[in-house]
Amino acid sequence: MPNVKVHVQFPENKIKEPIIYQIGHEFKVVTNVRRADVRETAGWMDLELTGDSTEIDRAIAGLRKKGVIVDPIELNVVE
Amino acid sequence: MATMKALVCRECGKEYPTKAIHVCEMCFGPLEVKYSYEEIKKSISRKKIQDGPHSIWRYADLLPVEGPTFLGPHAGMTPLVRAKNLGAYLGLDELYIKNDTVNHPTLSFKDRVVAVAITRARELGFETIACASTGNLANSVAAHAAAAGMRAYVFIPGDLEAAKVLGNLIYKPNVVEVEGNYDDVNRLCSEIAGEHGWAFVNINIRPYYAEGSKTLAFETVEQLGWRTPDQAVIPMASGSLLTKIWKGLHEMKYVGLIDEVKTRINGAQAEGCSPISTAFKAGRDFFKPVKPKTIAKSLAIGNPADGYYALKATAESKGSMDMVTDDEVVEGIKLLAQTEGIFAETAGGVTIGVLQKLVKNGTIKKGDLTVAYITGNGLKTQEAVIDAVGRPVRIQPSLAAFEKTFKMGKNGGGDS
Repeated sequence: MPNVKVHVQFPENKIKEPIIYQIGHEFKVVTNVRRADVRETAGWMDLELTGDSTEIDRAIAGLRKKGVIVDPIELNVVE
Repeated sequence: MATMKALVCRECGKEYPTKAIHVCEMCFGPLEVKYSYEEIKKSISRKKIQDGPHSIWRYADLLPVEGPTFLGPHAGMTPLVRAKNLGAYLGLDELYIKNDTVNHPTLSFKDRVVAVAITRARELGFETIACASTGNLANSVAAHAAAAGMRAYVFIPGDLEAAKVLGNLIYKPNVVEVEGNYDDVNRLCSEIAGEHGWAFVNINIRPYYAEGSKTLAFETVEQLGWRTPDQAVIPMASGSLLTKIWKGLHEMKYVGLIDEVKTRINGAQAEGCSPISTAFKAGRDFFKPVKPKTIAKSLAIGNPADGYYALKATAESKGSMDMVTDDEVVEGIKLLAQTEGIFAETAGGVTIGVLQKLVKNGTIKKGDLTVAYITGNGLKTQEAVIDAVGRPVRIQPSLAAFEKTFKMGKNGGGDS
């Protein structure tokens, strides 16, 4: 089953929202948090998404729609 | 040789074999190369280095390759220029410029990291090398691949300037213009690196690639007569260069080439893309991603992979960070050119601008032995200064017109 590793960053106004829980319910993907640092003013997570490729793409688009920043696990690779 | 012990996760410490992998399967942290310093210490010496090739490969014992064949044989050993004029202007007694504007073959510090990456890629059996780039990295990958007879793929955003595209096409790699913006290219390349058996220098080969930057530290120390500088000013894009210079200085101590590291590491960014410097000035140990808007395009990485580690290294060294406006970048380029005869690209303007700020605010003191790292050649970013350098003096083709314009008498002298 395809899986994608992403780095998710939460702006201050999104920190209290259960966004990862919502994504797991709204799309057919398994969310697996491997590393995270969530504080009062900012937060990030390294997240694995497992599911069909199209469903993973929809879940990533869904995360962005909810106002979080989603990047590949490597962050910016265009140098 | 093979002084590499393993790849190790920078976060959880889990070890992996030295293959083409870059992310820890446990915690998704980035991997880096771990060496057997005790083994290296037995064979390395100042004399062995000085008797070695006039390139980065004189430090092969501390690089992540097995040898004995090294690609990119002329990268590195660029001049460390004693910048007396710029030093006098800024009020520094001992200022040096590490001049990678003349690095071989493509006139930027990327030739160091790509030489290491392509050597390791060949050792791991890869026949295709690739990168995602908007400038210097693409040039270097394309040139090294041509010389090594390897297939190359260079991915660029669809809106890249014509001059930069030409600089890649001349080496005849497969230049892939991706319809979309920076983020689209970024995501596509991350996916391709996961799917194809290619050596993506700054993705699956990144643990090896990044180590090439340490050679800037090694050369600085050797060229200073086996001393570390008091202050280093380093431009930051991903933040990798700064962290690897810090690592390189310490490795020289670990293997007994120097007794102490007394350097304060200072990071430089442009205001229009300064996630790391902004975090440092705010006293944070994490950064917030930004959308870049600056003429310093070679530093325009809004979500830098090594930003956290750059903050950590700077704090450990008791160094500092700062940022400059685009106007200050241009002034920095002009100042370096007009005092030392070195034409740097925009990243060099950032370094000189921040150096100037750090001297003014007392972070760098008059007597500090200071090294500023100039990482790319100004001929690559001429558009940044085209409106800031004035025009030639135009005269009629006669001796009288010339002498009148420059107020010269028959015996010469005078000035315009």
